[in-house]
Amino acid sequence: MQMTRRVLLASTATGAATLAMPTISRAADQTSVEFYFPVAIGGPVTKIMDGIVADFTKENPDIALKAVYAGSYNDTLTKAVTATKSGQGPQLAVLLSTDAYSLVDDDLVLPFDNTAEDKAWLGGFFPAFMANGQINDRVWGVPFQRSTIVLYYNKDAFKEAGLDPEKAPATWEEHAAFAEKLTKREGDRVTRWGIQIPGSGFSYWLLQAMVAEAGGTMMSDNGTKVHFTDPAMVSALQYWVDLSAKHHAHPPGIVDWGTTPRDFLEGRAAMIWHTTGNLTNIKTNAKFPFGVAMLPANKRRGSPTGGGNFYMFKSASPAQRTASLRFLKWVTSPERAAAWGVATGYVATRPDAWATQTMKDYVAGFPAAAVARDQLAFAVPEFSTHDNQRVTQALDDQLDAAMLGKKTPEAALAEAQAAAERILKPFRRG
Amino acid sequence: MQRQTAAATALILPAFLMLLAFTHWPAVATLIDSLYSTPRGSRPAVFVGAENYSDLLDDPVLFKALANNFWYALVTIPASVALSLLMAISVNAQLPGRALVRMAYFTPTILPMIAVANIWLFFFTPDYGLFDQFVGLFGLGRHNWLNDSDTALPAMMVVAVWKESGFFMIFYLAALQSMPPDLAEVGRLEGASRWMFFRRVTWPLLMPTTLFVVVNAVINAFRTIDHVVVMTRGGPDNATALLLYHIYDVGFRFWDTAQAATMTVLLVAILAALAFVQFVVLGRKAHYR
Repeated sequence: MQMTRRVLLASTATGAATLAMPTISRAADQTSVEFYFPVAIGGPVTKIMDGIVADFTKENPDIALKAVYAGSYNDTLTKAVTATKSGQGPQLAVLLSTDAYSLVDDDLVLPFDNTAEDKAWLGGFFPAFMANGQINDRVWGVPFQRSTIVLYYNKDAFKEAGLDPEKAPATWEEHAAFAEKLTKREGDRVTRWGIQIPGSGFSYWLLQAMVAEAGGTMMSDNGTKVHFTDPAMVSALQYWVDLSAKHHAHPPGIVDWGTTPRDFLEGRAAMIWHTTGNLTNIKTNAKFPFGVAMLPANKRRGSPTGGGNFYMFKSASPAQRTASLRFLKWVTSPERAAAWGVATGYVATRPDAWATQTMKDYVAGFPAAAVARDQLAFAVPEFSTHDNQRVTQALDDQLDAAMLGKKTPEAALAEAQAAAERILKPFRRG
Repeated sequence: MQRQTAAATALILPAFLMLLAFTHWPAVATLIDSLYSTPRGSRPAVFVGAENYSDLLDDPVLFKALANNFWYALVTIPASVALSLLMAISVNAQLPGRALVRMAYFTPTILPMIAVANIWLFFFTPDYGLFDQFVGLFGLGRHNWLNDSDTALPAMMVVAVWKESGFFMIFYLAALQSMPPDLAEVGRLEGASRWMFFRRVTWPLLMPTTLFVVVNAVINAFRTIDHVVVMTRGGPDNATALLLYHIYDVGFRFWDTAQAATMTVLLVAILAALAFVQFVVLGRKAHYR
C-alpha cells in the first residue's frame, strides 16, 4: 500500500512535470537576438522597424528579437563596436556597406556564406549590392537598406525654362546646359539654381558617381590602393567645380546634404542629385510634378550603390547565429523586402522582390521607383578601403578645399592621394 | 586623535574613490596607452615607446586643430568675459523689467548645447536661415556661413560666446551685488568719473571673479565641442576641427585609440600649462578679501 502510494505520488509528480515541461522549456529555449539600426532618411523608420519586429516575433515565438535605434550610421558603428569590445554587443547591426573592411580587419564580424543553402540565398540579391560586402572571397554583409544616387528634377521648372519635362539630361553636356537654362536670376540674386549636388558629409559618394561616368574607378578591388590622381577622377571633380565656376548654375562652395531635398521641395533648386532613400520623402512633400532619372552619362552611365548591410558579430552564440540567420532570411524574403522598399524608398535588394505583386502595384502607380533598379545595371560598388573612415575623411577634406576654390582639383586630389597612401601602407604589407 | 583620523578618512573615502576611479586612473591609463600601439583584430598592442608622439608630427589635421583651437580660445575667452561683464553691469542697475532681462541673459546657459547648436544651425542656413534673411533685407545675396572655410570657425565662436556669456554674467552679478554701496558713495564724493571708478575700484575688486571666469572659459574653449559635432563635424576641410573633436574622430571613428590617447596627453599638458600660468600671473593680481 505504502509502495503504491509512493509510486502514485511519484508518477503524479512526473506527470505534472511533463505537463509543465513545454512551457518552461520554451521560455528557456527562447533565443534572444538584438540588433542596432540607424536612421539616415526621412519618414517614420523606427515605427516601421517596430512593425517588422512585431511581425517576426508573432511568426517566430521562439526568438526574442529586439531592435535598438542607435542614431546615425556613424553613431551606430561607434555604439556597436564599443559595446562589442566591452562584451555587451548586439548580435546584428545595420551598418554602412563600406564599413566591411574595418569590421573584418578588426576581427569583429562573421561571414554569412557557410552552407550551400546560405550561398544560394545570398546569390538571390542584386550583385551590385553584394560587392561591398565581399572580402577575401567571403560574404560579410547582407544587403538591407540599400540606395543609389538618382537625379530628381522639377517638371514645372523644366517647362518654365522651355525644356521638355519628360526628357531628363542624358549626358554631362546636356546636364550642364539644362542647369544653365534652369537657373533663374533676379538682378544679381539667384532665386533658383539649375543644379545642386550636395558636397557635405558624403562628397566622396557623389564624386564617385561622376568618376564612374567618366570611366574611372576610385579604388582597387582589394581595398589597399586608391586612384585619386587618375585623369577620370580629375575630370570628374573638374566637372563638379565647373558647374559652379564656369556654368554658374550650381551654388558656389559646398552645398549641404541635409538641406538639399528641402531646397528642391521649395523650388530653390531645379535639379538635385540625391539618394533614392529620399524618394518617399520627396514624393510625399513635393507640391509640383517631379521626375526621377538616371544620372547623366559622360563616357558611360554610372552611380555608386550606398546604404546599409546587416552584419553579424562574433560575440553571437551558436544558437543566436542560427536565430539571426532565420531573421535575416525572413526580413530579406521577397514580400518583406518589397514592403520595406515601398515604405522607405530604399531599393528592394532582390530581383524576386520586384516580381511581387506589392512591388508591381507600387511601380505601376509610381514609375519613378523603378529608375533606381534599372540604374543598378550601371552601378559600381561604393568607395571603400581598409581603414575606410580615415581614407574617406582625407578625401572629403580635399574635396571641400577644391569646391571652396582654395585648391585646384589636381592639387587637391594629389594631396588626398598622398594622405591615403600613408594610411594604406600598412595594409599592403599583407 | 586616532578616532578622528579614522572618521576623517571614512568621510573622505567615497569622494576620493570616485576621483580615483573616474579622474586619476583614466589619466594614468591614458598615459600608459599612449606608449602602446593600437590593438587591431589579431594584432595585440605592443610597447612602442615614444613612437606615437613622433607620429603626431605627421598628422596635418592635428596642427590645423591646434591652430583652430588657439584662435578659438583667443577670441571666445576675452569676448565672453567682456560681454558677460557688460551684461552684469547693465542688469545690476535699477531698471524696469530687470528680472526679465536677467532671465533672458541667462537662458542660453540653461539650454543644452545640442539644442543651442540646432537652433544656430537654422540661423546659419543659407537662403532661409535667420542671418541670410536678415542680410537679404539689405539686398545682399546668400552666404553659406557654415560651409565656407572663412566663416565657419567665426560662426562657432559666435555660438560659444552666446552660450557662455550668460553663465559668466551670474558670477559677475553676484560679485557686483556683494560690493559695498558706500564705495560708490565715496567715489561720488571724491568726484571720480564712472569710468575712473570702474577702472580703479570695481575692476580690481572683481579680479577674483575674473580669474575664476577666465579659468572656466579656458577649460570650456578646449572642452565644449558639442556644437562642432552638430553643426559642421569639423568641416569644411577641417576649418572647425578643434583639438578635442579631432581626438574623438581619431579615437571613435578611426578607432586609432593609441593615437587618440597620445593626443589626449597633449591636451592635458596644454591645459595644465595654461592653468599654471593663469594662477601664477593672474592670481598675483587678484585681490582677495
